[in-house]
Amino acid sequence: MKYIISFFILFLNWVILSGMLDTFHLALGVVACILVIYLSHDILFTCDEFFYKNLREVIRLIKYIPWLLYQIVLSNIHVAYLVLSPKMPIDPQLIRFKSKLKKDVSLVTFAHSITLTPGTITADIREGEFCVHCISRKVAEDILTGEMEKKVAHIFMED
Amino acid sequence: MLTTLAIIFIATGVFFFTTATIGLIRFPDFYCRMQATGKGDTLGALLSLAGLALYYLNNGFSLPTILISIKVMFIAIFIFIANPTATHAITKSGLECGVKPWTKEGIQK
Repeated sequence: MKYIISFFILFLNWVILSGMLDTFHLALGVVACILVIYLSHDILFTCDEFFYKNLREVIRLIKYIPWLLYQIVLSNIHVAYLVLSPKMPIDPQLIRFKSKLKKDVSLVTFAHSITLTPGTITADIREGEFCVHCISRKVAEDILTGEMEKKVAHIFMED
Repeated sequence: MLTTLAIIFIATGVFFFTTATIGLIRFPDFYCRMQATGKGDTLGALLSLAGLALYYLNNGFSLPTILISIKVMFIAIFIFIANPTATHAITKSGLECGVKPWTKEGIQK
């Protein structure tokens, strides 16, 4: 089953990237996809029931992305204000906090979201403890309210 | 109509690129400079590429133009994933090499 799903994903990519729909190029695509799946079948999807189990999580992840984009725009404007104001009111600090998240994938998503929102970079994660570099007090408080953490926990059903 | 939207997107993207570059020059230390460039670039590239994709659709909604717009959006998605990862990796290696972060009181001991 997982071979068929990965074949269709790869073949869709091939069609989009080549843009030529004649028989010769489609046949080349089929051969190339089968070759790739044969060579890398052990790293494509390690879990057999990937799509059945996690379909709800994927849908929730897609719902989460617009909110994340909105946050990115908001905090980018904040950083642009910090850069352009003559006094440059920055107050950089390293904060450490424990996260309640358990699964690896939710930790990665949370760390990625933190790094994507400007003003904060995840520097390190050790056993659920995040080390985050914040550029001003305001963005540090935004992280510590835990709103983003709750949303990530909701995606991967840890709440 | 599409051209206007594309111009707005690209202009906003260029604005964020500019703030990122000014931040790179003005901010006091390594970590703050990573903040300015690593992030401003992500949104700037995203907006500029979205503008380019919209601009290309101006030539008419046919299969080749839509495919090219999808390819441009692919680039945007990969930047969206790769840029924060690279920022994180550089920051982490800086922290592990013992680069001291700058604070309001000066460099911490």
